[in-house]
Amino acid sequence: MNPEIAQYYRVNKLPHIWCPGCSNGIVVRSIVEAIDKAGLDQDKTVIVSGIGCSSRAPGYMNFDTLHTTHGRALAFATGVKLAKPELNVFVITGDGDCTAIGGNHFIHAARRNIDLNVILFNNNIYGMTGGQYSPTSPTGTKATTAVYGNIERSFDSCKLAQTAGASYVARGNAFNTRQLTDIILKGIENPGFSFIEALSSCPVYYGRRNKKGGPADMLKWQRDVCVTQAAYDRLPEEKRAGKIITGVLHHEPQPEYTAEYAKIIEKAQGGNG
Amino acid sequence: MAIPAEQLKSPVTVNLAWCKGCGICYSLCPTKVLIGNELSKAVVAHPELCTSCRVCEAHCPDYAITVEGGPKR
Repeated sequence: MNPEIAQYYRVNKLPHIWCPGCSNGIVVRSIVEAIDKAGLDQDKTVIVSGIGCSSRAPGYMNFDTLHTTHGRALAFATGVKLAKPELNVFVITGDGDCTAIGGNHFIHAARRNIDLNVILFNNNIYGMTGGQYSPTSPTGTKATTAVYGNIERSFDSCKLAQTAGASYVARGNAFNTRQLTDIILKGIENPGFSFIEALSSCPVYYGRRNKKGGPADMLKWQRDVCVTQAAYDRLPEEKRAGKIITGVLHHEPQPEYTAEYAKIIEKAQGGNG
Repeated sequence: MAIPAEQLKSPVTVNLAWCKGCGICYSLCPTKVLIGNELSKAVVAHPELCTSCRVCEAHCPDYAITVEGGPKR
């Protein structure tokens, strides 16, 4: 491991349990690089996760970490942030954890615009439990629960976050690590609910069943389909199909929840607090 | 006199205990410094070709690769 990043890991817990070629490790690296660039105090930074492959990440990260119940990472993180607003709180979640089991927590945390940095590792599948389709599995995806192909339409979690009221929404991928680090850094700088979808890849349960090739092929696929909004706008109409727009998708500062709550405390105590 | 490739200090080092042999590094390496061994784990075959671009290190999901020099990420 490069000494530049070693301080942010519990090195004695490595190697991690993720499958060969799982890109979760790449995304975690982008998170710690963004934390490093932002200059956050490690002792004032909390990483909260729910359940799932991605949610194993805090176990390897050298911060104050909290591994909670399925879908409830945002609820626990909201509690941490409200009790100690001076902490930098990150939530690491997956597509199932955030948009299915924790869907309600997700929209309401976004609506409140509480200052959390949420990184959703989107691998389009429930990996830990054996490859069931998730709310972000594209229509037609083959999964252990959809052997003839998934007939459901998938969530666009970024649009969901924006509609629910998140003040910062961005999407990156595991191939373009520099962009991913950059958009996480911008999310840290946003005082409010920052939502970052990181396209991850599951070569074992999603890749094999859907004939996506090996781990490197899945990263190269991300390289080929992901474009920034500016590049997308320049593309001729016939080349736009299947492209995924990455980069900062929405940034509109709004009143932040813990700051507003502090004003209520001040008001209720009549300035005597 | 040029230093023989096998004696050249490699900018790239691979921690084989952490490498799971996923093949991402040697598929992405632009100059083919790394190759897969019989377990498909990464080994440094051509250190003299390394440009320290750090693509392998950045994309190693297992943090098994360290590249000395090159741009700070």
